Parts: sequence; structure tokens; C-alpha cells
Amino acid sequence: MKRALSIAIESKRFANGHCAIGKLAFTAQAGEFVAIVGPSGAGKSTLLKIISGLDTDFVGSVPAPDSQRLGFMFQEPRLMPWLTVQQNLQLVDKSAHGARLQRALAQVGLGDCADLFPGQLSGGMQRRVALLRAFMVEPQLLLMDEPFQSLDAPNAEQLRTHLLDLWQATKPTVLFVTHNLSEALSLADRVLFLTPGPSRIALELPVDLPRPRGQHSAAVQALRNDLLTRYPDLLKGSAAPAE
Amino acid sequence: MSQELSPLPAPAAPQAHTWARVWPLLVLLVLWQVVALQAHSRTLPTPLAVLDVLFKEVASGDLPMHLGKTLMRVLISFCLAMVIGVGLGMLMGRSKRWDRLLDSFLILGLNIPALVTTILCYIWFGLSETAAIVAVVINKIPMVAINLREGARAVDASLMEVAQVYRLPQGERFWKVYLPQLYPYLFSSARNGLALIWKIVLVVELLGRSDGVGFQIGSFFHFFDISSILAYSLAFSAVIFLLEAVLMRPLENRLNRWRV
Repeated sequence: MKRALSIAIESKRFANGHCAIGKLAFTAQAGEFVAIVGPSGAGKSTLLKIISGLDTDFVGSVPAPDSQRLGFMFQEPRLMPWLTVQQNLQLVDKSAHGARLQRALAQVGLGDCADLFPGQLSGGMQRRVALLRAFMVEPQLLLMDEPFQSLDAPNAEQLRTHLLDLWQATKPTVLFVTHNLSEALSLADRVLFLTPGPSRIALELPVDLPRPRGQHSAAVQALRNDLLTRYPDLLKGSAAPAE
Repeated sequence: MSQELSPLPAPAAPQAHTWARVWPLLVLLVLWQVVALQAHSRTLPTPLAVLDVLFKEVASGDLPMHLGKTLMRVLISFCLAMVIGVGLGMLMGRSKRWDRLLDSFLILGLNIPALVTTILCYIWFGLSETAAIVAVVINKIPMVAINLREGARAVDASLMEVAQVYRLPQGERFWKVYLPQLYPYLFSSARNGLALIWKIVLVVELLGRSDGVGFQIGSFFHFFDISSILAYSLAFSAVIFLLEAVLMRPLENRLNRWRV
């Protein structure tokens, strides 16, 4: 069953006293694609760890991680190097074999890679497997932590295309963390800008450009330039208007 | 992690490998024969004389019987030491509290001479099979545990997070995510283990058993029968070579297929 996601964090403090997240609350509609943009150290990764249940040491309320099927794509592919592509997918989805597996692999252009080990794949291909793994569980909530960050531009663009295709087919709610403004604008229904830690929401921006909108398309770039003219320090986490 | 598309390396012909392993041994044999012929001493029999004894001992049924007894003891102590040592190592690698609690015992265990544990076991538990096995196991456990603790400490937390996020059942988490990270440590423990345990078993047999290779070598020592001592050692070495070739190496190659 699909339902809205509601996050309300009061604070997240690390053992060393550093406060990563301040009062941070937002909701996401079922099936909505939300990008979260903020400077380094804004607690973006920490936020996803809290929502996924990896980090339980915080004050506030998030939905119980067990209450929904969860997909998580990390900054690195994090595949098991000793398992083949197929075995890596079967680890999260027992039914990943036969026609279902072939269809899934073909969707991301990995049709003949089922029996290869991650070490035999390029970085881009490993990330496609990681993306597929996140979708194999048929997630209701998909968390993505700067997943395309270390890829070259064409590879990243291709992965974004695959991501949108897969997302539109099953429509999970997506929280996509990035520090790349163009990437956020080209993907998301709505962008949340965070302040530096302890992070709060600095600005919330609905994006209603029609899809597909490439990262370098005129519409996305125009929106980006307009934003940065209005809020020059937006990427540093401040929504103070230009003087 | 490699970013390139790396093709599988073509495996070298297995015969070539075997030959590369065998010829240094042949050279050793020839050298031995030459030196022994020159020395012409009772204390250094020729390899042919040793082989002759070996065949006679095999034919009489003595060697297979004693070797069988020893192998049985090696096998039982090996399994016990591995299971307990691996368990302890994982526990200590995972939990700081257990690590602190058991660390002193580990250091103590590593440094007690095999001779001392063996004699103490025989005195405390009697000259029994159990005492013999316990003595060997106690000697080996600390080494396995230390090795596996290193492995458990090096376990990649980021992969364990994947297992947690995707809610893998405990069994899958252990067998497919956790344990494969420990395989190299398990193999090095098993290799060292087999070698070390056989040496300790011989001491244990020499001191308090009335069968097994160690017992036999003790008797040969009394009669200064060097050929028989060498024949028994050779027989055991042959078994180890066989184990390595038919069990350890194929298994290791299989588990290491992904390292390309």
C-alpha cells in the first residue's frame, strides 16, 4: 500500500557532541520524487541513515523502517564482490532468476552480465546493478545517497535515465540526496534545500517542468540560473535573497 | 574496486603447475641420494632404502594402522580447534568487551609450550585419548582465534549495512555477507592448523599413547632406526600433499573465483 512519508526530526547529535541535524520536518506524497540538496556536512547522509533505520540514536519520529519495503542506493555500489550479479540481486529478491531477471537486467542494459562478478564490471555497470538491486525489492520508499556522484557525465546521465524509467514504472517515493543542483532540478518533483549542520530546511522548491528534462537542457539551466540569482548562497545552505 | 572491465585471465595448463611443484622435490631426492651414498653412514640412509622400508611397513599393515590412528587424532583436534577458535575469534573481533576479557588468556595460551599442556593434560586427565585430544586442541585454539579476530575486525561495515537495510535474514547475512569476508583468514588458519596440529599430535603420542606415528617414531628412536623414522614422516607428508591437492587448493580456488 502506498502512503505519504512523514519525517519529523528534533535533533541528531553525534557522540562527540556535534549536532548534525536540527529541527527538520517534511512530508513526501506517495510516489513523489524529492531531492535533498545541501552543502557538505549538512547531515544529508545521516538523514538517510536515520530514515532507513541504520541510525537509531536521534530525537524525533520517522516511520518504522519495517513498515515499508525499502530500497537504498549508497554513494558506492556496495555489491558483494564474491557474488555474481545474479546472486547479488537474489540476495535481496529470491525470485531474481529466469525471465524476471533477464527482463530486469535488460532494462538497465546489463543483459549478458548475470554471471559476472562485480570486479569484472566498470564503475558505471556496478552502479546499474546497485540501482537494479534497489528496485528488485519493489520498494515503497527509495533512499539514494549521492549515488551517481563519482561517475563521468555520460554514465551519470545514463543512470539518471534508467532511474527515471524504473521510478515511473513502479512509482516508489524517492528521497534523492545530492549536492548537484542541476541533477536535483532535472530529476525531482520537489527540491528541499538544507542549511549547514545542524541542518534545517532553508528552502522548498516545487519543480513542475515536464519530463524528460536533461540536466543540461535549457529549461533546467534557466531554472538553475534564476534560482542562483535570487538566492546567491543557496548551495552554501542559505536562502537569503540577493541584495 | 576496479573500475575497468577486466577479462578473466586464461588459466595456465594444470600440468604445467604440477610439474613446477614436483621438480624441486625430485632435485631434493637426487641430492639426498648422492649425499647419502657419499656419506655411507647409518645415520643417513639413502632415499631408496627409506622407500624400501616404507613399502615393507605398508605391506605389513603397521604403517597404515599407526598413520590411521594419527590422522584420526589430527582430524578430530583440527575440527574442534577450528570450530572453537573461529567462534572465539569472531566473538572477540566483534565485541570489545569479550576481547578485553579473553585477550590475556589468548596470549597465555599462545605462549605455553605444547609440551607443558600435554604433560599437564596427561597428569590431570590420565593417559587417555581424551587427554591427548584436549592437549592438542588447547595448543591450537589461540592461534586460530587470533587470526580470525583480525578477520572479524576487518569486516566491512558498509556491506553489513547493505544486509541490514535490505532486511536479510540472519542466515543469509552470516553465510553470504559476513563469512565470505573471513575466508582468507579461515584458509590461512586451516593451513597452519594442519601443519601445527600434526606436529603436536606426534609429541602427544610420544608422551602418552601406545599407537600412532609419534609412538612409532619414539620406538624407532630407541633402536636408532633412522630409515623407519624417515619412512613414517614421508608417509605423512604424502598425505598432506594429497589433502592440499584434492581438497584445500580446489576449494580455495573455487571460493576465490571472484578475485579477478
